[in-house]
This record gives sequence, structure tokens and C-alpha cells, in this order.
Amino acid sequence: MNPHLSTKFIDIAGVEQTFKTPKGSFQALRDIHLSVAKGEFVALIGHSGCGKSTLLNLIAGLTRPTQGVLLCADKEIAGPGPERAVVFQNHSLLPWLTCHENVLLGVERVFSATESRAQLKTRTDEALALVGLTAAAHKRPGEISGGMKQRVGIARALAMEPKVLLMDEPFGALDALTRARLQDELLAIVQRTHSTVVMVTHDVDEAVLLSDRIVMMTNGPSATIGEILSVKLPRPRNRVELAEDRSYVHYRKAVIDFLYTRQGHVEKAAA
Amino acid sequence: MVSAVFHSPMKARGPLPAGSLAASPLAKAAPAPVVAADRPAADAKPRRAPRDLRAFWLRVLPPLLGFAVLVLIWELIAMKSTTGFPSPLKTWQQALVVFSDPFYSKGPNDQGVGWNVLASLQRVGLGFGLAAAVGIPAGFAIGRFEFLSRMFNPLISLLRPVSPLAWLPIGLLVFKGANPAAIWTIFICSIWPMVINTAVGVQRVPSDYLNVARVLNLSEWKILTKILFPSVLPYMLTGVRLAVGTAWLVIVAAEMLTGGVGIGFWVWDEWNNLNVANIIIAIFVIGFVGLVLEYLLIRVATLFTFEEVKA
Repeated sequence: MNPHLSTKFIDIAGVEQTFKTPKGSFQALRDIHLSVAKGEFVALIGHSGCGKSTLLNLIAGLTRPTQGVLLCADKEIAGPGPERAVVFQNHSLLPWLTCHENVLLGVERVFSATESRAQLKTRTDEALALVGLTAAAHKRPGEISGGMKQRVGIARALAMEPKVLLMDEPFGALDALTRARLQDELLAIVQRTHSTVVMVTHDVDEAVLLSDRIVMMTNGPSATIGEILSVKLPRPRNRVELAEDRSYVHYRKAVIDFLYTRQGHVEKAAA
Repeated sequence: MVSAVFHSPMKARGPLPAGSLAASPLAKAAPAPVVAADRPAADAKPRRAPRDLRAFWLRVLPPLLGFAVLVLIWELIAMKSTTGFPSPLKTWQQALVVFSDPFYSKGPNDQGVGWNVLASLQRVGLGFGLAAAVGIPAGFAIGRFEFLSRMFNPLISLLRPVSPLAWLPIGLLVFKGANPAAIWTIFICSIWPMVINTAVGVQRVPSDYLNVARVLNLSEWKILTKILFPSVLPYMLTGVRLAVGTAWLVIVAAEMLTGGVGIGFWVWDEWNNLNVANIIIAIFVIGFVGLVLEYLLIRVATLFTFEEVKA
């Protein structure tokens, strides 16, 4: 494989996104330049309306940029695909399928060519066990809580063993304890699979705990990347130890400073 | 509406005294429901009666009053009528005769009411089944492909408002027979609701589900079976329900024109015999069969509607 892929596995160059609205065109993103290395964990953080999710959708291939180009493994991102799995903000499970069937749907598509039916089922069961939902495997999404639904969504993405995991505020709807547990699980999985992850979040602690780099975005409209912070904390990371770690506190302060001091006037900017 | 009409007759049998003013004319007015509604009565009565008598009466009394008003007006018209309009009592006695042997057959023009209803149901079933076989896939195609939608929408808008009976001569001409022409009429009138509702359902599949399909890169077949079909099903079943309702409306009119065996022809035949009591019985039978069809399809629809289709 091309050596520069290790530093530019995802390469975003000069991307601009403009939406046509009844009131005229609306520029959501401009001048986005970002590369994500293979195995890197990148968090996108910013105030709401800053185009974090728009950028994630562009990487997912669900939307196409009005200008610029996005590459993944040296190929232009022309559309969505299972190698770039998405954990959606609103779980997006199919209500007529059980949790098991929802996860199996993705597993089948990726592995059915090479693996037996039993292996596919095992993969599905493992993914559900990973998010602690073995007991709910045969329930429908309507029968489980919102947090559990989101965990099924995560299991569905993880079970596909994607090259890139794209997460759109995946833990936003969960209670604090479940969120912490899933963050730890995610850390362990990423450690093991060396997945490349791009995660949209508005949680400063989550960003610092999980990421190698934090991409901080300016307020919209016409949002762009304001600053990129490299988080050089050794892995594996432990949330309890990090809580008193001086560099952790330093990184946390840097993000808070950006969000609340320099980009703090979100209401004024939006008005 | 369905439950109210459906529950009233059987409740009248239990708690009401036998000679009650409201109960007796009701039983006359709707003889058929009493027979068919036995099962739900058995489990509904012991559960509700001891608990809240007031609520029970509030549920039972209004529909009973409704029927009582109908019977009263009917009785008044019968009393004033000089053309032999049958009274409710006379109709009830005639109904007992008709329903004592619903499945007799004395040649093609004189068969029991049961045979007539079955013949009509068979025509509706055939015409409706053909319409479903054509209309539902057509609806999927029109909903999924913008081009087809633009291509067929003007045609559908043009043909849909046409009275189904206007199609009957075309059917007679093309198929050269009364029975296929009647089936053709049912086909053409019940196809539109199914095409339109299925197409609307396909167009309203939540974009989140389609995004999932795109991210998982599902095959067209998987998209159809796992995403499109289940999310369209409630819309489709609404279309089916409307179609069956229309078909049942139309079959009576079509059979009046084509003749043969069937509830519509039976009405026309009894008119020629000036047997008005039988016509009134037929009206109740048609209403009851329509009610049962509607009820069954609503039950099917609730089975396939998922509460949390969109959070």
C-alpha cells in the first residue's frame, strides 16, 4: 500500500458545502482541509449548527460537496459504503426487525461471501454482547429504551468491521454511566482493531478521553476548522487516572477555551 | 365506529331485560350481527359488567338509541306508506324465512341469500386480487422511480375519478360476457387506491432508513424486502382497505346491470318481484358483509403497523 496512506487515509481538500434553501443558498462549510491517518481517532467538536454533522455526512458519502474533494484510501468518496460505517445520531434501527436482525443486516452484507451462516450469527451475537445487549437480542427496537437502541446502532456499525467508523454524537442520548461504559468499550475496541474513527461530539471530556486529535470548528454559517489540537496522552487511557493528570486537564482547558472564549458568541453569530 | 356497531347487538342480549323497549327493535333491525358477534360478547361481558356499570351503559346506550331511531323512522314510513313498504316487524319475519335456508338452489335465478353473497364475494375477490397483483407492484415502481411517477400520474388523475360503472360496457365489449365484465369493473375501480397508496408509501419511507440502506450498501432486493416493503405495508394496507370498500360498493351496482347470481342481482330481482322486504334484508346483508371486510382488514393492518416507525 502507498506509504503516504498512513498519514492521509482520509484526505479532505478544499471542501465547501452549500445548501439550497427556499431563502437562497446557505453556506454550511468552507475551506475544509483535513487528513486523518490510518488508525487515528479524530473528534469533531463545535457548537451546534457549526456543520460537524455536515462534514461527517460528506465523509460518509451521504452527501456530495459543492466544491473540493474527499478521498478515502486514495479513492474519491463517491457514495456511502460498508467500509465507512456510520453510527447515526438517532440510531436509525429498522423497527420491524429485532436487534439481532438489525445487526445481522450489516454483517451479512460484508461477510456473507466468505463466512457461513453460523459465523455470521456469531459475529452478530458478539457485537450485541459487546454493547451489553445479549438479553435484548430478540426484542424489537420499540420494546427497548432509547439508550439501548443507540447501543444496537453502535453494535451494527462495529460488527461490520469497517475501515472507518463514523459516529455522529453516538453517546449523546445515553445516561452518564452508560456513556462512560461505552466510551471505555470503544477505546478497547479501537485499540484492538486499529480502526480509524471520526466522531462528532459536543462533550469536551469525551473528545479528550477518546481522541488523538480534536478538530475544533468555528461557528456557522460558513463554518470551518478553527484549530486542531493533538492529544498526546498515552494509551491505554484510564478515565480515573486521567481525571488528575495534568496534561489531560491542560487539553481539556484548551478545548473549553476555544469553545467558550473564542467561539463563545454562538447566539450573536447565529442571529 | 366499527366497534360500536359491532358490540351493541350482543350487549343488548345480556344485561337488557328481554322485553326492553330498545332491545327488541334492534334485534329485528340487524339480525345478522347477533349471529356473528357471539364470540366477542363472551369475553367482553364478564370483564366489564361488574366493574363500571355507568361506563358500560354510556358505551351501549348511544348505539342502541341510534338503531332505535332508525327503526322508529322506518316504522313511521311504513305506516304512512300506501305502496306496501314493509314494517320492521314484517321485515324481521321475512328475514327469519330467508335466513332459515340461505343455501338453497332452485335454478340459476332462484338461489339462497348465502349463494348470492358468496357469488358476489367471489367476483370481488377475483377482481380485487387481480387489481392487487397489478396495482401494488405498479405502485412500488411509480413510488420508487421519479420518471414513472411523472409518466403515469396524469393518467391516474384522469382515470381515477371515472365512475367504475362507466367501464362496464368496455368490459362487456372486450370480454364478451357478463361475469368477466363485472370482474373487470371491480378490477378497474379497486386498482387506483392501491396504486396511489403504495406509491405514496414508497415516497414517504423515512430518509434515515434509506441512509442506512446506502451505508450498508444493501442490494435492491434487500432494500425492497427489509426496508421498502415493511415501511410501505401500512400505507399499502390502507389502499387495500379502500379498494375492498369500493369494490364492495361497486359489485352491487355492477351485478344489477349484468345479472346472474349475486347480491346485487338479488336486489334487482326482488325489485322486479316487488318484494321490498327482501331488498331491505339485502341492504342489511350488504352493509354487514362490508363491515366484516373492513373489520378484518383493520385487524390485518394493525398487525403490520409498527408503533415506532419514526422516533
